[in-house]
Amino acid sequence: MRKRSLIPILYIAFLMLPIYWLVSMSFKTTNEILSGFSLFPQTFTLENYAVIFTDPSWYWGYINSIIYVSLNTVISVCVALPAAYAFSRYRFLGDKQLFFWLLTNRMAPAAVFALPFFQLYSSVGLFDTHLAVALAHCLFNIPLAVWILEGFMGGVPKELDETAYVDGYSFPRFFVTIFLPTIKAGVGVAAFFCFMFSWVELLLAKTLTAVEAKPIAAEMTKTASSAGYELGLLAAAGTLTIIPGAIVIYFVRNYIAKGFALGRV
Amino acid sequence: MARISLSGLRHSYLPHPAGPQDYALKSIDLDWEDGGAYALLGPSGCGKSTLLNIISGLLVPSEGRILFDGQDVTDLPPDQRNIAQVFQFPVIYDTMTVYDNLAFPLRNRGFDETFVNERVTLIAALLDVEPMLNVRAAHLAPDNKQKISMGRGLVRDDVNVMMFDEPLTVIDPHLKWKLRSKLKELHQQLKATMIYVTHDQTEALTFADQVVVMQEGEVVQIGTPVELFERPQHTFVGHFIGSPGMNILPAAEEGGRIVFEGQTVAVEGAVTGSGGVTELGVRPEFVTLAETGLPARVRKVSDVGRHAVIETMVGDTPVKAVVDQADVEQGAEVHLAFRQDQTRLYRDGWLSTEAAR
Amino acid sequence: MKTENQKAWFFVLPVLLLVAFNALVPIMTVVNYSVQETFGNNVFFWQGLDWFEQILRSDRFHAALGRQFLFTFLILIIEVPLGIIIALSMPKKGFWVPVCLVLMALPMLIPWNVVGAMWNIFTLPKIGLLGYFMNDVLGVNYDMTQDPLAAWITIIVMDVWHWTSLVVLLAYAGLVSIPDAYYQAAKIDGASPWKVFRYIQLPKMKTVLTIAILLRFMDSFNIYTEPFVLTGGGPGNSTTLLSIDLVKIALGQFDLGPAAAMSLIYFAITLLVSWLFYTLMTKDDAQ
Repeated sequence: MRKRSLIPILYIAFLMLPIYWLVSMSFKTTNEILSGFSLFPQTFTLENYAVIFTDPSWYWGYINSIIYVSLNTVISVCVALPAAYAFSRYRFLGDKQLFFWLLTNRMAPAAVFALPFFQLYSSVGLFDTHLAVALAHCLFNIPLAVWILEGFMGGVPKELDETAYVDGYSFPRFFVTIFLPTIKAGVGVAAFFCFMFSWVELLLAKTLTAVEAKPIAAEMTKTASSAGYELGLLAAAGTLTIIPGAIVIYFVRNYIAKGFALGRV
Repeated sequence: MARISLSGLRHSYLPHPAGPQDYALKSIDLDWEDGGAYALLGPSGCGKSTLLNIISGLLVPSEGRILFDGQDVTDLPPDQRNIAQVFQFPVIYDTMTVYDNLAFPLRNRGFDETFVNERVTLIAALLDVEPMLNVRAAHLAPDNKQKISMGRGLVRDDVNVMMFDEPLTVIDPHLKWKLRSKLKELHQQLKATMIYVTHDQTEALTFADQVVVMQEGEVVQIGTPVELFERPQHTFVGHFIGSPGMNILPAAEEGGRIVFEGQTVAVEGAVTGSGGVTELGVRPEFVTLAETGLPARVRKVSDVGRHAVIETMVGDTPVKAVVDQADVEQGAEVHLAFRQDQTRLYRDGWLSTEAAR
Repeated sequence: MKTENQKAWFFVLPVLLLVAFNALVPIMTVVNYSVQETFGNNVFFWQGLDWFEQILRSDRFHAALGRQFLFTFLILIIEVPLGIIIALSMPKKGFWVPVCLVLMALPMLIPWNVVGAMWNIFTLPKIGLLGYFMNDVLGVNYDMTQDPLAAWITIIVMDVWHWTSLVVLLAYAGLVSIPDAYYQAAKIDGASPWKVFRYIQLPKMKTVLTIAILLRFMDSFNIYTEPFVLTGGGPGNSTTLLSIDLVKIALGQFDLGPAAAMSLIYFAITLLVSWLFYTLMTKDDAQ
């Protein structure tokens, strides 16, 4: 048993090393970083974080990211729910083809879409809004959410629906008060994956924004331009982008392992 | 085949059991004769699966020894005990064919292919699965999958004991009966020691020569189906076996007489012991309606086909009677008679009368 | 059984509209560009399939495609077995399971350019932890801005760091769904640990592994941000993967026609290979 647990321990250590380095650097002064190697911050400083929390263009980047990610998660899950229900309960003309077509959008390289997206969202006047990024991310998040939710719904026996109708529930009331609570784990998992893929994506988010809705991750590029490399600042901003993900994952820790396991292939 | 002895077996799932309530098995001493067909019967959670897993070696008991033909195997792992076990849900190797599934235990032990082929063919014939030998096991129906699980135990000719852990749970009712008679047939042909765990008395009584009844981690009685039915050693056995179960009635000892609801009741023989909580036990099959005797009021009559069950109240105590013909109405005042040689006294749950001569 | 109900289309309609808006309009734009030539000012000339021919014949595309396949192949061949090994050695239950899962999932939740930036400062010679360790402790000459091999190893290790956990999570989900009775039966049947893996664990993990391999294929084949931030495609063109090359042509040189044709070829290859994987891995079930 001892020997066996060595593998996950080593693996987690490997995962934590670069993260440690990022966090440790965020507490160093730029001088210390450039002057050479030090395993721990010699002069511990919160200056880098102070810059981020006092400069609106920095902390607004942070808020922007959270706004469009949340917006996307809500939209994706809400539209995916009825669709997943339809796929798991009914046969209809073109259902299989539609399901497959949805999944192919998950395969589209984001780079392919960057330029057309820019033109599309400019032409409908959504460029540089949170909604634009939230809608664009639907491209890959909705198929994923439909896929995951369909898997969870498939595990709920049809008798549940029928019993509810016999008991006189209307469809919307049944869906909200009975069906949703039974698949809440699935909703949690789908929301988690939507959050995750929207949070980590940058190419589209950067293409579709300029000032008003610019994500935190895109703000980071400016550390390179002014006064050479401000590595400490870069590290601090990077560290801050890890936190929302860590919080979200903590809430779904017991479900994530099941997430895809219940999806269908 | 071997004789299996369990001595002083105790088991707790807790690392530091504090008292008897922490033990899943409380002191078991048992002998399983070579070639016997045993059933291990008891309600869910009585410790029968624990006992089974200890015999197979999947669990190591907290205390006590397990002997196969006098040889201590307590610390041996399952594969070295030469046992076979069939689980509640069919366990089959999905990616293999039926043939490979059956051959698996033999090949793992390094037998040569001619022997493997001989055994697999033989067992496939016994189980009636010859036509599907080359089918992928994943595509079989549940009852056939369960047959293959059994077959994997049967292919080895050196098994000490074959154990079945509620093997018919997932099988359709009409196939249950077929598989059960198949098992019985196999036992007669192979003369293997078989232990069959179940909470279903019909399964236990039809399969086994000897039934071991367990309750709360203890063995309460070992006997043939007839013994269990006729002379339960414990009120639990009386109640658990039979449909409906034995009438267990509160009774008092008053100067050598047994009194129930103010009436003296004659029991089978001499009363042994003294003190404790005393109860009368009489099976509904031995309660009859009579001209005189215990006055009772009929509460409910249910006709269940070949016979009828009459539920009566004697004072505040319900008493059931099984009769061939129910010619009484609900609410009627009747008298009940208990057949004396089938009426027993239980003290703190245990039988406390001597059998009639 | 599912019931036939054409009204189900109304449930699917919102999804259809949203995804179609995002997928069809841009794809049509791309197709439109791919058959035209422009010199700016919104003046377009019909070009037919010339761009496609040009792209398919160009050495630059072949090289990028080759690098892309090599990258994806290496990723799959490292991450899938490694993920399975880690999942197998994880505890089945207890306090440590959620802790392990949360820690393992953490890299997947870091924005992709931060991943690139993080590995950049991690590997910098002299001041990065890894860079310092390699150059100054082990004495190996390691600088990925100079050495193509070092750059390749770094982007591979980075991707392993970033995504192996996905395989671990999925494989682990498959493993914990195996009932204990299977392991007990295998013990009684005298199966070796290898046979337990081969005949019980692997078949039961098949579904989730199919998903894992498909996802890892799609995402590694489409990878852009992380290697772009880390190496910028260099040194030279050594780590210029397909997406990076595509963006260079489209936004760097503003050659919209060739870029669009390349996009479509790229998309077609992704679809084709995904479909091949899918058919191969689910072939047995269909029988």
